[in-house]
Amino acid sequence: MNKIFIIIQREYLSRVMNKRFLLTTILTPIIMVGFFAGATFLSISGKDEHKIAVVDSNGFFKGNLQDAKGIHFEFPENVDTINYLQKGYTDIIIIPKFEGTQKTDYIIRSKKRIGLGTEDKISDRIDAAIEDKLLQDAGINRGSLDSIRSKSKFAELKSLEEGADSATESNAALSYGIGFGSGMLIYITMFIYGAMVMRGVMEEKTNRIAEVMISSVKPFQLMMGKIVGIGGVGLTQFLLWIILILGLSTAAQFLIPHDVMQQVSTLQQYNGQMPGGSMMQAGDAAQKIYKFQHTMSTANWPVIIACFIFYFLGGYLFYSSLFAAVGSVVNEDPQDAQSLMLPITMPIIFSFIIMTNAVQDPSTSIAVWASIIPFSSPMVMMARIAYGVPGTVPYWQLAASMLSLIAGFMLTTWLSAKIYRTGILMYGKKVSWKELGKWAFRKN
Amino acid sequence: MNNILELEHLKKYYATQKAVDDISFSIEKGSIFGLLGPNGAGKTTLLRMITGIFYPDSGNIQFDGRIFSPEDDIIKIGYMPEERGLYKKMKIGDQAMYLAQLKGLSKSEAMEKIKFWFKRLAMETWWNKKVEDLSKGMSQKLQFVTTVLHEPKLIILDEPFSGLDPVNANLIKDEIYGLAKRGSTVIFSTHRMEQVEEICDHIVLVNLGKKVLDGTVQDVKQQFKENKFSIQLTSVPSMVDAAAFIIDEQKENELIVKINEGYKSNDVLNYFLQANYTIESFKEILPSLNEIFINLVENTNSTARAFQKVND
Repeated sequence: MNKIFIIIQREYLSRVMNKRFLLTTILTPIIMVGFFAGATFLSISGKDEHKIAVVDSNGFFKGNLQDAKGIHFEFPENVDTINYLQKGYTDIIIIPKFEGTQKTDYIIRSKKRIGLGTEDKISDRIDAAIEDKLLQDAGINRGSLDSIRSKSKFAELKSLEEGADSATESNAALSYGIGFGSGMLIYITMFIYGAMVMRGVMEEKTNRIAEVMISSVKPFQLMMGKIVGIGGVGLTQFLLWIILILGLSTAAQFLIPHDVMQQVSTLQQYNGQMPGGSMMQAGDAAQKIYKFQHTMSTANWPVIIACFIFYFLGGYLFYSSLFAAVGSVVNEDPQDAQSLMLPITMPIIFSFIIMTNAVQDPSTSIAVWASIIPFSSPMVMMARIAYGVPGTVPYWQLAASMLSLIAGFMLTTWLSAKIYRTGILMYGKKVSWKELGKWAFRKN
Repeated sequence: MNNILELEHLKKYYATQKAVDDISFSIEKGSIFGLLGPNGAGKTTLLRMITGIFYPDSGNIQFDGRIFSPEDDIIKIGYMPEERGLYKKMKIGDQAMYLAQLKGLSKSEAMEKIKFWFKRLAMETWWNKKVEDLSKGMSQKLQFVTTVLHEPKLIILDEPFSGLDPVNANLIKDEIYGLAKRGSTVIFSTHRMEQVEEICDHIVLVNLGKKVLDGTVQDVKQQFKENKFSIQLTSVPSMVDAAAFIIDEQKENELIVKINEGYKSNDVLNYFLQANYTIESFKEILPSLNEIFINLVENTNSTARAFQKVND
């Protein structure tokens, strides 16, 4: 009994007390945040400047066409498609005369191909100018229209879900994000930690330490010690990530100006309304922060986190013992591992595909069944749980899924242990599927 | 009860092979025991049953006077398998500590013993080195230390000297003698006969899963002796016509003679004395274990042991 604890300790500490572990744990979220920030930055920051010559046959665009970031409109005389480059323009737009409501194409010619974002901006500006013109023709003032629009925004759609006690506010986009995110995280970790178990077992075999160990401990203890130890590494990594994210977001709050945060807390106090006045009093930034916080609070976090930990561990235990069995059978040749892993990776990838569908449509019968069968339940159930537990996922389904996952990993561990026991001491021979089956189902 | 281990009719059949087919023998406490056999004779299977890694299909193992129970007795055994190794990335000290703890030693006990052995084998400076930094001979030494660290009653060494230079091999050999003197029993499995001859008290030879020889090294040699004597003379007769013996071989002044049935060694001496030759030396030639081994194993097809379906 004590021995398995010693093994767990070694497997855990040898991985956690390692510079590489700390580095990847800390760097992964930073790289991910950096990646998104970088992508956002690139999309915001103007890449190239466009100085556009507009040749307008209607005459109403001049003065009505507003410049955008990196886009500058000019209305020069005597510029045409042949000489616009010489005159220092990067692009030229030819707008023909509009005849009533007939659809008309206008053309932009450029030195370089223009990007999608720039193209959208240019057409937005031109649409806006045309809209202005039409509003003017109809006798509507642009200013009064804008103020009507902003006033009309006081009404907002909130969807409620019938819960056990009371209807709770739900947010489909948030559920989608949580469902997809946690499903994806389980998918990735299953591969990372499963492969870690497999490599650990292969290391023991190729280093020829297996028999030394087996003369001190039972093969099952050695296998379970490794699986539990590496599972602990996974949990530690998640814990560090949660701490890191909480720490970073707390640090980020200090970067927000004090008065904005005060407005946010006032909004929280009065449920999204500024006391004694219209919402316009709260700043734009404060409203955004309040909205984000409010949206996040609609999710049932305790249930989601508890289920995530359960399904991560369950899925990990279900698959990692299979990975251990494969590792025990493989000889020096890593190619053997590839072909033997296929029957394990196939259901994982297949579950991922079901998960991407279930996260859009959590109540189809395939999603329901896949969330109960242990092969796919860790990922698919997480996708569904995000949509609400007694609502989208009835309690009986959750219970059935959890029980079958527990039974499932007990079964895979039992079969794997038998393969492992024989495989770990077998050298030099390539093992056939038939033999594996024999080992797994042999009595004693 | 003076035997540490008694095997009774052990059998272990694989799907295509009778790996161990009805083997019985016993090992005296404090002795150094040689388990010999060609490759694939069933030695490793036998050792795995003794160490509790495999269960025998039938037969009994008695350990220290009681039925062997792997659960309890495993910590009284130190096994250094032929296929052995260590965790490459682990520090030497941690590695020894880990294996000692798995053998049931407490942390402080283990620390004390590791320090004792590291000092004894001049390994103290290795503590913080990793296994991957060690040479093959060095890691063999470490492997030996981890095998005997917990002072097992029974030490099983499968080819313990492979990869060791003569100096370190002698060092380990002395340790093996020392362990036996302090009461441990050593099973020594190898096919290097000169080592067995030197170290072992008692040997068993297995071939094709069966025991073919069992006895002390002296007994075995006596059993297989061919009544050959070497006699050295100042000058050698050109012709010998004696009823008592025939000449097997002649090298310069030395004759190898084979005594015929019904005669004794003194008859040979008498013959030469009466013929007035001066005898410089006279000694019996006992076969080496190597010769006995080759004799017994050759022509049994064991070198290419065929796989066949086992029906039982």
